[in-house]
Formats: sequence, structure tokens, C-alpha cells
Amino acid sequence: MSKRNTWFVTAIITVIALTLNFATTGAQMVPGVTPTQILLGGTHPYSGPAAGYATIGKCALAYFSYVNDQGGVNGRKIVYEDKDDGYNPPQALQLVRQQVEQDHVFAIFDSLGTGPNMVLRPYLNDNKVPQLYVATGATQFGADYAKYPWTIGWQANYHDEASIFGKYLLKNAPNAKIGVIYQNDDFGQDLLNSLKATLGPKASQILKAASYEVTDPDVTSPIASLKASGADTVFIFATPKAAIQSMVTIAKMGWKPTIYLTSVSASQAFMHAATGAGTSAATDGVISANYLKDASDPANASDKGIVLYNQILAKYPPAGVNATDANCVYGMGVAFTMVDTLKMAGKSLTRDGVMHAANNLNEKDNPFVYPGVVVSTTPTDRFPIREEVLIKYNAAGAWKPISALITNRY
Amino acid sequence: MKALATLAFALVVAVLPALVPPFVAFELTYAAAYAIAIVGLVILIGRTGQISLGHGAFVAVGGYTLAILVTHGVPYGIGIVAAALIAGVLGIALGGIALRLAGVYLALATFALANSVAPVLKRFSSLTGGAQGISIPSHSETELYYLTWGVAALLFAIAYFGLRSRVGLALRALRDSEIAAVSFGVNPVFYKTLAFGWSAAYAGVAGALLALATAYVSPDVYSVALSLNLLVGAVIGGLQLLWGALLGGVVIEFFPLWSQAISPALAAVVYGIALILIMMFIPGGIAGALGRRMSFIRRGHE
Repeated sequence: MSKRNTWFVTAIITVIALTLNFATTGAQMVPGVTPTQILLGGTHPYSGPAAGYATIGKCALAYFSYVNDQGGVNGRKIVYEDKDDGYNPPQALQLVRQQVEQDHVFAIFDSLGTGPNMVLRPYLNDNKVPQLYVATGATQFGADYAKYPWTIGWQANYHDEASIFGKYLLKNAPNAKIGVIYQNDDFGQDLLNSLKATLGPKASQILKAASYEVTDPDVTSPIASLKASGADTVFIFATPKAAIQSMVTIAKMGWKPTIYLTSVSASQAFMHAATGAGTSAATDGVISANYLKDASDPANASDKGIVLYNQILAKYPPAGVNATDANCVYGMGVAFTMVDTLKMAGKSLTRDGVMHAANNLNEKDNPFVYPGVVVSTTPTDRFPIREEVLIKYNAAGAWKPISALITNRY
Repeated sequence: MKALATLAFALVVAVLPALVPPFVAFELTYAAAYAIAIVGLVILIGRTGQISLGHGAFVAVGGYTLAILVTHGVPYGIGIVAAALIAGVLGIALGGIALRLAGVYLALATFALANSVAPVLKRFSSLTGGAQGISIPSHSETELYYLTWGVAALLFAIAYFGLRSRVGLALRALRDSEIAAVSFGVNPVFYKTLAFGWSAAYAGVAGALLALATAYVSPDVYSVALSLNLLVGAVIGGLQLLWGALLGGVVIEFFPLWSQAISPALAAVVYGIALILIMMFIPGGIAGALGRRMSFIRRGHE
């Protein structure tokens, strides 16, 4: 009996193994592409602390549904297989390997987060699978194209943003006395170094650059040191918690410098938190940057892009998504670029062809990005969005543009 | 019978990579690594009666030890041994603290440990790469598979014979009645600390192997969810039986992947419901339930 048991178990495992093996044979010539559909894979955190970002995936899917009902791309419907990685890099890698090796997706689209994409990048490049429009602002995903030719980002990167702030400052307040509070990691240092490089000889006007650790309970001490330095302009290169604390601390000191805030921490939710904890003095007049259309601004209600955006949300409502959430505009914007890329790659779709299209973008009509932003790339400039407009927060709690588009494309 | 079953199992494990697609072999590698960490929990919780909600911290220590050494040119074999040693020493240190705490207080203290991982890693960013983490060279899935399952086999054997030795008996005696054990001459300070160190060393090895498989470490990898998942794996597999750890490893590796089939937004919910059902119907874990059934069959025939 015992012997028979053992053989029985062995037999079952072997059968399962063989089934799995057969399930993966029969791949087509171009994975994920049939005469009627294009299969894309991707991951977002649908659970865990970063779950708010899943909105991007949901709204991208809504846009694909809209495009499919309009006839799809070159007669093919887009099927987007989005999975929950919980913002966990190993989980993202395993899910994407399933998508590539078992489900035979054509490409990975909009996988989210620096960590998950760091893990996906070597694997996808080894297997020559396009890793398109990754959702992270880390500069390396556009800069390392020689080593990782199958990877490309989409959003404005951190380096460009600090540079755009610097250009605005040189033109509009060349004699500013500058203080910088920055997070002591790659993110904060990237922004600070880029600002210094843009200011050039004027970098000496940075009277004080004070760092904080992301684990610090508050930022009173670095902010006090900036005030003591005699600065009249403060750059906040911080993630949301410390950014909110910085704005509130400055207001409580009765100090009134001009504040520049990285867009990472500039969403309405964070601004409301700062206003709630301090007074409107904490946020009034804060300057930030943007490259998307603001769906929360009533002044944009009749904008063609926002009208389309609201129609799509009404017809293909993504669960639990607030229409004013900038992440949703992001999701539709990046999905628009994806559709555009697939159209450019033509009827006989290949992975090489889609990378060629992604590296030669010239998209002037993306309805979801800020008017005038051209989503464009060349084989040696793989940063699709390098233009931002500066925006100012007013006492009524709305972001209003204060500049023309500023580009960091050379 | 036991030897034969083990042999048959080893044979299946050995030939499996030739039969399944590479990505399944890759997932089985993770399952084996998780199983190693869960064996550590079986030793600590099941056999010694001390709880830990913070084993993810030791997994992190193991992962970072390997990543830092490998990026400095050290072969990964040495990295794995170093991961075991460093995690083990930290485990002994924590064991010293654990002596003063029991039950829910120990659970809370170890839970705090799990929560401290990410902030600590980000604080020492010059060594750990901060939020960006450390990338390490990747290896083929076949190499990773045989390495991980080989190490798992070795560590299972050590645990099996170790728990049957005097040490294992002493641990069990302490769990069942500390007063009785002490009166028989078992030194509780020594053995409880040892159990923590042993268990943490296993978690460290698991961490090193996971880091090698992912070819990357970062604070996001070692969230609180990892610690809780390991505990879930131990409880589901069965806390009393070593091979329950293997089932636990398979469950925490594959359930989250399979639960995605319905909807990504519901994956966590499906996983949670599956866990609740298992706990409701087989509270002794899968190994416990199967073990009871098999011993029943055996008794019926012998």
C-alpha cells in the first residue's frame, strides 16, 4: 500500500507537470498578437500601502475599453492583463514571468514603481520583451537605453523637473536667496544636483541645503536652519509626509518664503492635508510643476480632453476611482501613448517594430497631457515627457498655471 | 516507508525542472526558499512555543548580507553562509530579549521588529542602497532551482535530526512545561536563545536564496506582509510537522499568484477567504490533517 501511495503521488505530480508544459507550447509567431487582438501585460499595487496607484492601471484599462469600442488598433482589440503585485518586486517578477512565458503577452505596459521595474528590466531585456512606459520618474529608465534597449519610461523624470524649476528661477527671480530641504536618498539628491547644475554659477545662491531622513519624525530642525541662513526661497524636494510638514512648519514660524514643491508631493490630497494642519497660509502661493491636465479644475470642464476623459469614466467606470484624481488622468494619458505607439507600429506588429515606434514618438495630440506638451522621443532621447508648466496654489485651493511650458529638451 | 517516500519525493523534485516551464521552476524555487524560513518558524513556534511575527526582518538581513557581499565580488556560496551566521547572531540577540517576554508581549516585540526593517534599511543607505535597493547579477532558473532545493534538503535534514536529538527534546520539554523541564536540568536561557538563533539563521538563508532568485533587494521586498505571510505558511502547513513547512512554502508562493485569476482587485480578498476556510476546517494545518489521515490508513493496514 505504501509503495502504491508513493507511485500514485509521483504519477499525479508528473501529470500536472506535463499539463503545465503542454499549456505553454503552441506559441504564435509574434507572441500576444492575433488577427483580432493584442495582449498586453502589466502590474500595479492593488493591495498594500501603495494601492492608491492602482488607479493608473484601472483608468488605462478604461481608455483601452473605449478604444476597443471605436474599432481597436488596426482592427485588433487591446486586452490588458493587469495584476496585483502589492508593490513587491519579487511578486511583480513572478507575475510578469507568467504573463510572458505562459500567457505570451506581446509587451509589458505601465508596470509601476521603481523597485518592481528594477527587477523586471533585466528579465524583460534578456527576453527581448518591450517594457513600455514604466510608471516611475527615476531617471535611469530613460537614461540606460544602451544597456536596456527594451525599456522606456513616460512621465517627466525627477532630474528634468528640478532643472525646469531652476530655469524658471533664473528668469523670474535671478537674485533669490535659496534654501533647499531634500530627502537624503537618490530621489532628493537627484533633484538637488539637477537644480545646482541648472543654476550653474548662480548655484552659490543656495545658501543652505538641509537634508532629512525619510524616517525622521519631523523636519523642524532643517527648516529652522534654512530660515536662519537668510533664504527667501525654499525648494521642498521631499516625499509627501515631510513635504506637508515642511509647509506647515514654515507657516507656523511666521516665515513667508517663496516655496517650490516637487510634483511628487503636490497632489490635492497632500495640499489639503497641509492646509488642514496649518492654515491656508501653509499652502497659499506654493509653486509646483505639472505635465497633465488638471481634471479637478472647474475651468477645464469644457476642455476637449477633459470632456472625453469624463465621458470615458462615465461609460467604463473604473471601481473606486475619483474623477479628480490626477493618477486617473495619468492612466488615460499613458494609455493614449500606448495606443498611438501600436498604431505607428503598423498592421504587421512585431516587438522590434513597437520599440522602434516608442523610440520615435512625436505625439502632439495627447488630449490628457497639458496643452502644448509634445510626447516625443528619439533613439537617443528616451524621455517622452520633458516639458512642464509651473503652477501656483491659490487661497481657494486650486492650482493655476503661472508660466508657459518650460522644456528641458535640448 | 518514510525513507521511500522521501526518496520518491527527492526524485520528483530532481526531474521536475525538465518537465515544467522555466517560470514554474522559478516559482518552485521561491516555494523552497519560503519553506526554509517556515522550518525556522516550526522550530521556534511549533517546537519551542515562542512566537515570532518578525521573521521577515531576518529574511531581510539574509538578503542584504548576500546582496552586499555578492556586489563586492564574494561568491554567493559564502554569501549564503554569511547570511545564516549574521541572521543567527541577531536571532540570538533577540532571543535574549525574548526571554523576558512571553505570549502576546513577545508577539508585539517581534511585530515591531518587522515594522522597523524598512526605516532601518533606508537610514543606512550608503550600505543598503536606500529606497532604490541593490541589484545583483541574475542566474539561470535551473541553477537557482537546484541550489535552493539542495540547500532546503540539507536544512530539512539538519532540522529533522536536530529536533530528534537532546536539543530537540529539551526544546519540546520547555514548550510543554517549563517548570518540569527546568527541574530535570534543562537550562531555559540557553535553549530558548538557541532556538531563536537557529530559527533566525534559517530565515537568513531563505532571505539569501530569495535575493539571489529575484536578483534584487530593497525595503519594499521586506514589508510587514512578508513576516505575516511566513507565519500564515507555518500555520497552514502545520506547526508540528517539518514537512508541513514545505506545504506552507507552496501555499504562500502559489496562492497569491493563483488568486489573481479572478481579478487583480480581488486577489487579496480571495487569498484571505481561502486562508479563513483552511483555518476553519483544518485548524491543525494541511500536514496535520494529512498526517492524521495517513496514520489512520497505515494503522488500518498494519
